[in-house]
Amino acid sequence: MNRFIGFVKKEFLHIFRDYRTMLILFGMPIAQILIFGYVVSNEITDVNIGVYDKSKDNVTHEITNKITSSGFFILHENLNSDKEIEEAFKRGIVREVIVFEDNFAEKLEREGTAGIQIIADASDANTANIVSNYTKAIINSYVKNELFAKGFPYEIVPEVRMLYNNSLKGVYMFVPGTMALILMLVSAMMTSISIAREKEMGTMEVLLVSPLKPLPIVIGKVIPYMVLSFINAVVIIALSYFVFDMPIMGNLAFLLLETLLFIFMALSMGILISTVSNSQMVAMFISMFALMLPTMLLSGFIFPIANMPKILQWLSTIMPAKYFIIIVKNIMIKGSGIGIVWKETLIIAGMTLFFLVMSIKKFKVRLE
Amino acid sequence: MENFENIIEVKNLVKKFGSFVANDNLTFNVKRGEIFGFLGANGAGKTTAIKILSGLSFPTSGDVNVAGFDVYREREKVKKNIGYMSQKFSLYEDLTVRENIRFYGGIYGLSSKYIKEKTESLLERLKMTDIQDSLIKSLPLGWKQKIAFSVALFHEPKIVFLDEPTGGVDPITRRDFWEMIYETSDSGITVFVTTHYMDEAEYCDRVSIMDKGRIEGLDTPGELKKQFDAQNMDEVFIKIAR
Repeated sequence: MNRFIGFVKKEFLHIFRDYRTMLILFGMPIAQILIFGYVVSNEITDVNIGVYDKSKDNVTHEITNKITSSGFFILHENLNSDKEIEEAFKRGIVREVIVFEDNFAEKLEREGTAGIQIIADASDANTANIVSNYTKAIINSYVKNELFAKGFPYEIVPEVRMLYNNSLKGVYMFVPGTMALILMLVSAMMTSISIAREKEMGTMEVLLVSPLKPLPIVIGKVIPYMVLSFINAVVIIALSYFVFDMPIMGNLAFLLLETLLFIFMALSMGILISTVSNSQMVAMFISMFALMLPTMLLSGFIFPIANMPKILQWLSTIMPAKYFIIIVKNIMIKGSGIGIVWKETLIIAGMTLFFLVMSIKKFKVRLE
Repeated sequence: MENFENIIEVKNLVKKFGSFVANDNLTFNVKRGEIFGFLGANGAGKTTAIKILSGLSFPTSGDVNVAGFDVYREREKVKKNIGYMSQKFSLYEDLTVRENIRFYGGIYGLSSKYIKEKTESLLERLKMTDIQDSLIKSLPLGWKQKIAFSVALFHEPKIVFLDEPTGGVDPITRRDFWEMIYETSDSGITVFVTTHYMDEAEYCDRVSIMDKGRIEGLDTPGELKKQFDAQNMDEVFIKIAR
């Protein structure tokens, strides 16, 4: 036991003496979560819009007022012809133009329906999508609250509501993803690099010649990263809770337990990577290209899995991060328990086992 | 039974990787306290043999006894009784001299008190008391080499394996290092050393030269030179490796 403690201590010394490692370990999670939280935001505020009101009656005025008083939009200019719409977009300030058709109120009263055209600047497709959705939502709520309440039997457009995340808050998306990414990075990449370093420096040989058995060597190397990963996870959760008002609807202990499981998975992955790489460089490249990129692109962190081509969707099913993101979202936002996420939990546990068995096999082969 | 004459006994050792035979029927003994040179061209099977002797790899067949223990069945006991130093010196560059000694002492299960006392006397003997808190990476190569060797001997093994310990070191430092090897051998510890420097082969008590997985020559440097009708070890080596 004494040997083991000495081993873990040494590993911590490595980490604390290397400022680059420290930076990755502690600077990165905080920077990432702040960047994703503040900069890469899906929320919109103060979007400049133009209104081309062909009808200019009290209903169109009311709708325009509703939109501009929502806090999301600023009425930048009133337009007077179709030609001006294009010109407004070309100037680049206006991101959306709302067009009310002729005799809007009259049509609404007579035929029970009237048309509004929402034109968005889709050169930035993502923003266009969000902006037009916001606009639709405001108009729908007007139709429902103002007109329908007053007893007008007007047609009700099917309503789109963003469940669990009414205002489409970006943080809800990014917290689980960032957590997956950081834990992957710290656990898998740093572990594999640190084991590969021992091989590169020749110290691994000396360790293996010593009476220390391989398993305690690996565990001793892994424990510090496990501790630090867990601290990181807690920091991320705390930041998202206190700074970004992300709720934790479910059981916090359960959330931490699931996080621990994911850390185990990432660590065993890191061990497997280290068994196939003989230098820190190789370990880093494998981690980067085999872990980081797929985690970012295929786990549903940034791009929705449902929109991917079939083949990439299949590929995404082997991304451990995908399941972790589902679990974290369910626990934090919906307050689910093990009854809901047992399947994902089981998949991650299975992956952990798989990586461990593979690493032990690889290790044995080398020893023979 | 522990044999007091031979500290390493190898009989019909065969190691195969698939159909490739890395060690082809090796038989040799190493005597207690001697400096045994283990020579051979790259790829001759030296590394494989050392790995087996130090318990890193299992033989395919044959009997291997190290420090009185069977490498197959008593691997842990073998490991406790050997020291190992590779050409990379295998010290942690980002730890201090003292921390390195402390760590390596620790993995051999030595008590903290014992490590502390022994470290003091060791640092004094090496005249490194002043630099005990310097990081290894700040030290010159010769010093690292000395520390690495002392670390390999720290747990008082019966045999120490030195895998090309003088690679990339200047002649004066090499000379100094051999002084340390002689001292070690004088104190009764067996030194098993591989090298590519033939002048170093002359310093050994006995030398074995491997080629293509077999031991082609094994005797004192003087006898080998006679046997192969050569002026120096260089010629012996070339005659065998050709």
